[in-house]
Amino acid sequence: MNHARRRFLAGCSGVLMAPLAVPRASAEEADTLTPAIREVTGGAPLKTGRVTLEIPRIADNGNAVPLKVSVESAMTAQDHVRSIHLLSEKNPRTVMARFFLGPRAGKAQINTRVRLNGTQHIVAVAAMSDGSYWSGTAEVDVTESACYDATNP
Amino acid sequence: MTARIQVPREVQRGAVFEVRIAIQHPMETGFRYDLMGKPIPKNVINTLVCRYGGAEAFRAELGSGIAANPYLQFYTVAEASGDLEFSWVDDAGERGSERVTVNVVE
Repeated sequence: MNHARRRFLAGCSGVLMAPLAVPRASAEEADTLTPAIREVTGGAPLKTGRVTLEIPRIADNGNAVPLKVSVESAMTAQDHVRSIHLLSEKNPRTVMARFFLGPRAGKAQINTRVRLNGTQHIVAVAAMSDGSYWSGTAEVDVTESACYDATNP
Repeated sequence: MTARIQVPREVQRGAVFEVRIAIQHPMETGFRYDLMGKPIPKNVINTLVCRYGGAEAFRAELGSGIAANPYLQFYTVAEASGDLEFSWVDDAGERGSERVTVNVVE
């Protein structure tokens, strides 16, 4: 009797705990960011580093959040950044902007202001002239989301 | 659509200089509703091109994830005195352009 109860409880915990063990954030990232990154890289490997994203850790107003993205690159004719793609984890449209530059830029840095729909991760993917892809991530807490209507029509 | 462009007054030849542009535009997301409950159609500046000395120096494809009155700051190398010509187009097909002269000194 007691053993049956133990087996039952053990079984329950297995069923209940399994979905809880998967972090929610990574499941959502897989939904939006992965396809967007694949669209940029075309399946080529994405390396972490060289890209720096600077964004306030806490943003009061998601309607205009200052963002700075810079990529370590010599910016010469042989070795330069071809494009930078700004991706959002939770915005209704994942791709926020794409920037195309070349050796004439001299310096791979862009500042702008973005709209953010809630607390999330931002990813910047840089495409290099040698065909490699690099990424940088930043986390931002948004107190007041932009596009409230999108999530609550 | 009015725009404000800022570049340094003069730049040394070969130096990297900062270019800033802010354009007056609502960057309508398409997710908002008007007072009658009708959806407001999406209208954002989708493409912005900057030409320097006639050749493309910078291009941006923007989406609804860029804040209203889009602001961009980027860099370019001073090659020769000339114009930075900006042109952009929004989803409604409205075009805008603005130019600023760069003075390159030796």
